[in-house]
Amino acid sequence: MNDLAAVARAVRLQPQPVLRERGQREVFCGLTSIVWLHRKMQDAFFLVVGSRTCAHLLQSAAGVMIFAEPRFGTAILTDRDLAGLADANTELDRICLTLLERRPDIRALFLVGSCPSEVIKLDLAKAAERLNARLLPRVRVINYSGSGIETTFTQGEDGALKAMVPLMPATQDRRLLVVGCLPEVVEDQFMRLFAELGIEPVTFLPARRAAELPGVGPGTRVLAAQPFNGDTVRALIARGAELIPAPYPFGVEGSTAWFTAAAQAWNVEPAHIDRALRAPVERARTAIERQRPSLAGKRLFMLPDSQLEVPLARFLHRELGMEPVEVGTPHVDRQMLQAELPLLPASVTLSEGQHLERQLDRVRASRPDLTVCGLGLANPLEAEGLTTKWSIELVFSPIHGFDQAGDLAELFARPFGRRARLAV
Amino acid sequence: MQLTLWTYEGPPHIGAMRIAASMNDVHLVLHAPQGDTYADLLFTMIQRQDARPPVSYTTFQARDLGGSTADLVKQAVSEAYERFKPKLLLVGESCTAELLQDQAGHLGQTLGLPVPVVPLELPAYSKKENWGAAETLYHLVRGVLADRAASSAARAERSPGTAPRANILGPTTLGFRCRDDVIEVQRLLEALGIAVNAVVPLGATVADLARLPDADFNIDLYPEVSRTTASWLKRTFRQPHTTIVPMGVGATRDFIAEVAQLAGVDAAPLLSREQPGVASFGASHSRLPWYTRSVDATYLTGKRVFIFGDASHAICAARLAREELGFEVVGLGTYSREFARETRAAAEAIGLTALISDDYLEVETAIQAAAPELVLGTQMERHIAKRLGIACAVISAPIHVQDVPARYSPVFGFEGANVLFDSWVHPLVMGLEEHLLQMFRDDFEFHDAAPPSHLHHTTPLASRSAASEPVTAANEAVAVDSSDPELLWSADGERELKKIPFFVRAKARRNTERYALERGVRTITVETLYEAKAHFGR
Repeated sequence: MNDLAAVARAVRLQPQPVLRERGQREVFCGLTSIVWLHRKMQDAFFLVVGSRTCAHLLQSAAGVMIFAEPRFGTAILTDRDLAGLADANTELDRICLTLLERRPDIRALFLVGSCPSEVIKLDLAKAAERLNARLLPRVRVINYSGSGIETTFTQGEDGALKAMVPLMPATQDRRLLVVGCLPEVVEDQFMRLFAELGIEPVTFLPARRAAELPGVGPGTRVLAAQPFNGDTVRALIARGAELIPAPYPFGVEGSTAWFTAAAQAWNVEPAHIDRALRAPVERARTAIERQRPSLAGKRLFMLPDSQLEVPLARFLHRELGMEPVEVGTPHVDRQMLQAELPLLPASVTLSEGQHLERQLDRVRASRPDLTVCGLGLANPLEAEGLTTKWSIELVFSPIHGFDQAGDLAELFARPFGRRARLAV
Repeated sequence: MQLTLWTYEGPPHIGAMRIAASMNDVHLVLHAPQGDTYADLLFTMIQRQDARPPVSYTTFQARDLGGSTADLVKQAVSEAYERFKPKLLLVGESCTAELLQDQAGHLGQTLGLPVPVVPLELPAYSKKENWGAAETLYHLVRGVLADRAASSAARAERSPGTAPRANILGPTTLGFRCRDDVIEVQRLLEALGIAVNAVVPLGATVADLARLPDADFNIDLYPEVSRTTASWLKRTFRQPHTTIVPMGVGATRDFIAEVAQLAGVDAAPLLSREQPGVASFGASHSRLPWYTRSVDATYLTGKRVFIFGDASHAICAARLAREELGFEVVGLGTYSREFARETRAAAEAIGLTALISDDYLEVETAIQAAAPELVLGTQMERHIAKRLGIACAVISAPIHVQDVPARYSPVFGFEGANVLFDSWVHPLVMGLEEHLLQMFRDDFEFHDAAPPSHLHHTTPLASRSAASEPVTAANEAVAVDSSDPELLWSADGERELKKIPFFVRAKARRNTERYALERGVRTITVETLYEAKAHFGR
């Protein structure tokens, strides 16, 4: 069990066939990841350069969680900006400077490209350069694109992290770099386990403060906590880092394999690994076991959303006995999923991209016991008699690692529990 | 370029979606990039709709921009027709598609589909959601009635003996309480013997649109959405329309009189029972007139209220607040620039300057400065008020899920006035309770930081404090330091200031300091405080 990669090799040697679909996609664009990125990096402001649609999306996706003054906003393009790009640049500079004047606590300003800013070719890299010349060292301006024409949902995080890679200081030291936004509670748990395993130093990208970037170089070993940060990982590799291939830390198996992969890279004795992981593994098993009765044997259909679908389906199948019918994901990144894909059962349809109507036809035809989908679809599918789980909770809740494994299982069990209670 | 943290209205294509989603057999195809489908969740989550909005998206990507985006439009329109078989297709573009200049609407028209295809122009870089809804409804109605309008077939005179007919225009999904307001208005019409010809767009079909000219007049119930259409129907088919929105008892009475006059019927079946000025249960169809005259309601007198919302609801709320609850309106504003003129006039009439803004921070600043005891606003103001520790009720879109209640809760008509009485008074401290709080305010158990006992939630009203620091966190510090380093508060002056009710304390402090500064007084004593009070008259 400690070496899931070996299990994976034994399970299947053929690459999983993929059903590629094109058509209407019922997914968020990359801007949406600002909702969790800005909370993670507390000295950062995310300024979307876009339209009223972008602003409306952000507040709708955030569930209109209104904070006093959020650390994200939208510079809304108007007719005047479209008429003359020169003016648009002046306007953008004015907005950034006003904003930073009002928020002296901000150390990093992310200029986030959107569909309209990409289409009119507003050069945000140039804008960042221009602003950096005025603002460094107090504030660093970083740019990336979260546009829907280029990025899906969690790819926005990948874009933001990738944009920080060139700014990371160079280091030759041997160190572990965990890549992907994690809730602080999870990060703290992981730090304790790494320490117990004797792995140090451990750094995280993103760090809690955008201004405090971890170093990277030939001694850096990268451990991905999220499957959707492929471009960031490849940019780190280009700077000399080395990727530790591993499944993702969901469930007992995934978490064990993830920590073990890191420990092996640090040449930790197998007996010591077992000792360090024994207690959390036991806790997680107990927690997962509680949810198993309501999930075992249930058929699962996942619509594309966050790119977490493949590792989550693996967890639900191997540890909770669910039967995935179709696992849809916006994008299959074979490098990032190399340790995961072979663990999906051969019977599952793996689909990439989306043609919404055709996919819903497949949902209706297969009548799954649980459909994992976005908020736009959940109520309509419930009204068709299907039990659903909102996928957005999977990116907003702590689900990684041993001590969240039970919570993760419970998220999928909850809809069944509720149905069982209701008598109306 | 405009910096926006939160927005009252979405882009205009959201307005188009609201029209399509309100109707039964219309489908909207939006030329839009991946991600714009987020808007579906407004309908399925906030409004709890059990079906997807009838909207398809082309979902173009960067790699399509070379030139095949037009093909995507044609494909999406054809597929939407084949799958959903609507009676009419709307084709529009979201902000990014507008830049591509594919002329999506025109492309849709060239496909030769057996149903009408109505193209929409939704300029995303200058217009917003309500404009988009109004424009969509207008083009939809015009599209369906093109032939009848061209033949200029004068509306047939109603034959004697048949009931007059009215159209109800403007209710939409994601509007404020539209579902129940329509029922309330229908009840009024029924009592007057007026038949409803069509309700548009909520629950309407394309066939209903085709029948619009059969009515004698239109009820322009939600002017933000329906005024453009009502004006066109007036010009084209000589159908007059109402100008009064029936929110509040007075407005409902006026609305009834206006409707009766337009329909040529007697208003007596409804108005004969209405006795303005009479204090008894039987003096109105609404309980509001008696409740507001009952002695417990005395404490409502002069409550300071700040009103912000779409123009129609805000203007009506101001009248109701003043004339029917005896509040003092200390602020009135709207995000509906299209109705800025009407809002300015309404504000001027009560001695205020209207706040016309869609900048959330500007609204928050204005609320803080006005120091109201109650905010009547939108979902946005709910959050502002929560942060400032001020009571709040929602009176207008944009809404959140709790503004779509399960129970019947209109805000128009007589029942609507009942609902508004309850929902505006409930957040305030109850009358008798307020007296007790005043009497016992210095007792340790009865200090006015104690939340009103009839409200079981304890969090937001923490600011009703005198003993501990009140409205201050978000507002300004009271009696600690003066805002001007040159000024000092004496200990007795500070003690006296704390005796002033918290909701006017900040203002009293500001006025006193201004008074002191203007007169070169360095230390503010009890005397200064009362001199300033006399000077400013409050």
